Amino acid sequence: MSAKTLYDKLWDSHVVRQEADGTAQIYIDRHLVHEVTSPQAFEGLRLAHRKPWRIASMLAVADHNVPTTGRDKGIADPISRLQVETLDQNCEELGITEFRMADLRQGIVHVIGPEQGATLPGMTVVCGDSHTSTHGAFAALAFGIGTSEVEHVMATQCLLMKQAKAMQVLVEGVLGKGVTAKDIALAVIGKIGTAGGTGYAIEFAGSAIRALSMEGRMTLCNMAIEAGARAGMIAADDTTISYLKGRPFAPQGESWDKAVAYWRTLHSDDGAQFDKVVRLAAAEIKPQVTWGTSPEMVVAVDGRVPDPASAPDEVKRQDWARALQYMGLTANTPISEIKIDKVFIGSCTNARIEDLRAAAAVARGKHVAANVKLAMVVPGSGLVKQQAEHEGLDKMFVAAGFEWRDPGCSMCLAMNDDRLAPGERCASTSNRNFEGRQGPGGRTHLVSPEMAAAAAIAGHFVDVSKL
Amino acid sequence: MRKFTVLDGLVTPLDRANVDTDAIIPKQFLKSIKRSGFGPNAFDEWRYLDHGEPGMDNSKRPLNKDFVLNQPRYQGAQVLLARENFGCGSSREHAPWALEDYGLRAIIAPSFADIFFNNCFKNGLLPIRLDAASVDALFKAVEATPGYRLRIDLEQQTITAPDGTVYRFEVEAFRKHCLLNGLDDIGLTLQHVDEIKVYEQKRREQQPWLFA
Ligand code: SF4
Repeated sequence: MSAKTLYDKLWDSHVVRQEADGTAQIYIDRHLVHEVTSPQAFEGLRLAHRKPWRIASMLAVADHNVPTTGRDKGIADPISRLQVETLDQNCEELGITEFRMADLRQGIVHVIGPEQGATLPGMTVVCGDSHTSTHGAFAALAFGIGTSEVEHVMATQCLLMKQAKAMQVLVEGVLGKGVTAKDIALAVIGKIGTAGGTGYAIEFAGSAIRALSMEGRMTLCNMAIEAGARAGMIAADDTTISYLKGRPFAPQGESWDKAVAYWRTLHSDDGAQFDKVVRLAAAEIKPQVTWGTSPEMVVAVDGRVPDPASAPDEVKRQDWARALQYMGLTANTPISEIKIDKVFIGSCTNARIEDLRAAAAVARGKHVAANVKLAMVVPGSGLVKQQAEHEGLDKMFVAAGFEWRDPGCSMCLAMNDDRLAPGERCASTSNRNFEGRQGPGGRTHLVSPEMAAAAAIAGHFVDVSKL
Repeated sequence: MRKFTVLDGLVTPLDRANVDTDAIIPKQFLKSIKRSGFGPNAFDEWRYLDHGEPGMDNSKRPLNKDFVLNQPRYQGAQVLLARENFGCGSSREHAPWALEDYGLRAIIAPSFADIFFNNCFKNGLLPIRLDAASVDALFKAVEATPGYRLRIDLEQQTITAPDGTVYRFEVEAFRKHCLLNGLDDIGLTLQHVDEIKVYEQKRREQQPWLFA
């Protein structure tokens, strides 16, 4: 048998049947559901008199619209409230497991899946959300789908799709001080561009990846979609297996042993061929800061805002110039001189316990700078919040002048009340710096949790590797 | 789903790269639990001078005259001409819903984001990849020629310009078949119920923990 990539193994084991042109019907093991992309799918099912194929494969949670303060008072915005209530009703009616707003297990869908052990190696995992790529950190084939496909999976447990090309991103060596999985992700996107992974499934490999914790691996796979790849993935190893042991949805006893034996086969074989290989040296990656309105507009923290005149082509030149104008930045400004108004530590990219520990370690015993109007920490789930409080991280943040909030997507996309005012500049641990993403006219700089905490303290970007 | 066979449509140009789904339909409109009615809010932040929220009467809002889609000559366009990586960002199908509701039936660009590309086909919207040089030529022609139309023939996989130039494009056979016939994916998949059951049974035996 010829050598297979991890992606080939995951793909091949899920093909139910194939059309003549190569379009395959793929079986879906886990379907995560949230309030924004599901109402029309439930409605579609109902109109067609169809029932979900396998309700036990579904796990639902509201995360995008939920408030991060004053939860006991419910959701003030009636339209947001209706969307969340619609999810509650749909789940109740069909008997779908849902973590409601008051449940300790509620949180961002991509945080709670792994946290519950609902994401397992070898699975296909889908969700009506592009950052579903996160779950690939567990050697799963995980990708975001649109609402029509949400309905399709509900009705048939399958999807129609073609196999993507395989890309390997190899990161060898040891990361420097203060350099994190987030910086690897941004450095990769800076190198290949936001469309660099279009048409590919990316496998992250190499010694620097093996050394990452599961939290770090999730951060990295989370951002595969920002590189244009629908799926990112990492081979299963001891780190994966020990993370999953004892989680509520993970197998137990004899079943666990059998599962582990299978999971250990989930890696690319020696000599497996990739359509494209991208290499990075871990030691050369510095803490990253985005300066523009696309994640590929990124430089190292010791760099400068680029000059559009030096752009590689005319389309890019216009793009850069437009981004600088939107961001209110001047070419050649050192990144460390950019002052910020707000700080957001949260999102499915960086709101896990390890992220909060790292940010707290930077903020400990210090105070948020006077020019920073708001610095907020939004844990990824109720369980992350509880763990952080158990470790006293909340007190550390509050003493340093940060706000400590309830879990949800929050200011990652500003669908609830947490948002930037026009012109406000934010150091954010989220994944998108698009125009208006954190509020109309808001200006987002993507960074790691350490970098966000350090920027909150200094009032401008600082190189955490030099602290 | 609406069929797509031949379209002879007015073209509107949107000359910027990496147009993301947040720009196509800003998130405040995603709170809707409906599938239709997003058209008046397509490109909302570029299209209007004020900030849009759900429930506003869009016909009374101040238009941004500088936004290209607002120019009188492009009203009623059915074909959008765009640049690299169109539709990047989220998986929200609200983006193709908004474009379709706006009146568009086809989008021509050098490249698209994968999920968006896929979502278009589910909504009777044809995304066409053309090489960058051809797209460039089309941008020039559209801007120079008021009333510029293109004839898109899905069966033949051709785009015909008013001067007679024919551009050929690729489309996956299966997607083409579904779009030409307006077929519903779910209905097609459900023709294979027995195969799904056989697969599922095998999987249940091999990896019982997935079904616990
Ligand atoms: S945290 Fe942000 S990126 Fe993640 S699911 Fe929520 S809105 Fe999407």
